[in-house]
Amino acid sequence: MKKIYANATEALDGVLSDGMMIAAGGFGLCGIPELLLEAIKDSGAQDLTFASNNAGVDDFGIGILLQTKQVKKMISSYVGENAEFMRQYLAGELELEFNPQGTLAERMRAGGAGIPGFYTKTGVGTVIAEGKEHKDFNGETYIMEEGIFADLAIVKAWKADDTGNLIFRKTARNFNVPAATCGKICIAEVEEIVPRGSLDPDQIHLPGIYVHRIIQGEHEKRIEQRTTRKKEDA
Amino acid sequence: MPWDRNQMAARAAQELEDGMYVNLGIGIPTLVANYVGDKDITLQSENGMLGMGPFPFEGEEDPDLINAGKQTITELSRTSYFDSATSFAMIRGGKIAAAVLGAMEVDEEGDLANWMIPGVLVKGMGGAMDLVAGVGRVIVVMDHTNKHGKSKLLKKCTLPLTGKKVVDRIITNLGVLDVVEGGLKIIELAEGVTEDEIRAATEAKLVN
Repeated sequence: MKKIYANATEALDGVLSDGMMIAAGGFGLCGIPELLLEAIKDSGAQDLTFASNNAGVDDFGIGILLQTKQVKKMISSYVGENAEFMRQYLAGELELEFNPQGTLAERMRAGGAGIPGFYTKTGVGTVIAEGKEHKDFNGETYIMEEGIFADLAIVKAWKADDTGNLIFRKTARNFNVPAATCGKICIAEVEEIVPRGSLDPDQIHLPGIYVHRIIQGEHEKRIEQRTTRKKEDA
Repeated sequence: MPWDRNQMAARAAQELEDGMYVNLGIGIPTLVANYVGDKDITLQSENGMLGMGPFPFEGEEDPDLINAGKQTITELSRTSYFDSATSFAMIRGGKIAAAVLGAMEVDEEGDLANWMIPGVLVKGMGGAMDLVAGVGRVIVVMDHTNKHGKSKLLKKCTLPLTGKKVVDRIITNLGVLDVVEGGLKIIELAEGVTEDEIRAATEAKLVN
């Protein structure tokens, strides 16, 4: 089956719909599926729920979909750095479900692994635990969290082959792996599609079974906090 | 003289032992990395890295290589990368020996509040709740009082909690305190700070 599509708009054709839940990879602006987000904006799809660690900045990442009010709800661990997000949230125009970062990652991993719920110590005794089932194991209290089963997953990788095997680069892997696994359909945008056989099978980060559509494109890869040191300090 | 930011970071670095895997939070905790000296410490960045290196030289920034504070960093010869689910599996699974974190409030039971001020600051908890629930030892580095002189070491936290009964040790500008049965215990005074001064600046119950 052919997995390679010409561009983000074609890759999204037939899979996008209003009101759907999308799991997106990325941490801050690092490793975000920037081309697919731009194409979702252009599609005009409405009332979207995003499970994504962050919400981008005002003019990049998921932030561009907040500007156009295409997002109904965010499931995230941290949404600082985004003024428009704050404005919509405080005005009651946007739903927000805070998840601890590790709980969000595990909810995606669990969903992708066919596990509808799991118990974790994270958040016990905090607002996160309110309304959730509590259960003791070996004298310690845990809360139940549910797996995320997304309608669509959008991720960014470094390299893919035509069967969808993916390799990520450095800390741009982050949420891309768990997000990819929890979508009914997963679309990956990559910097380079390489010929079959040129990736070392022992070094594949995400097997192609999880990836249904692939596009290659130019990425801006914006840096959020450029921090450096001077050579003379070394 | 109370400790300044760097002296607090240097004191926190003394808590770290050879061979430890450690997670450092944002702010003063980040400075702790400057004071580990010859100790063999591996820093974890919860966005998916063990073996975090220093900031890159100008012109060598890599957008694919950032820390949990979204700052550009570098890798070391020992570095490994992994996804977010694996990263928090090692945190939740108790593999990380210690976390050094900032705080808005700590109380005498070891409850920690460091992620939200209702109506003012709504950014999210990030990985803080997972860290305090999972790592071996939680060391908090914070100013003893707020800018109005009010104690941040309380009988009961007033802000939404990050975790309940999670803090082991508190390093402030005035000294070092442990969370023990019944309250907080003074372990060490900053040079030139008296026990009376630290008592006056502490709302939490102090025990011997």
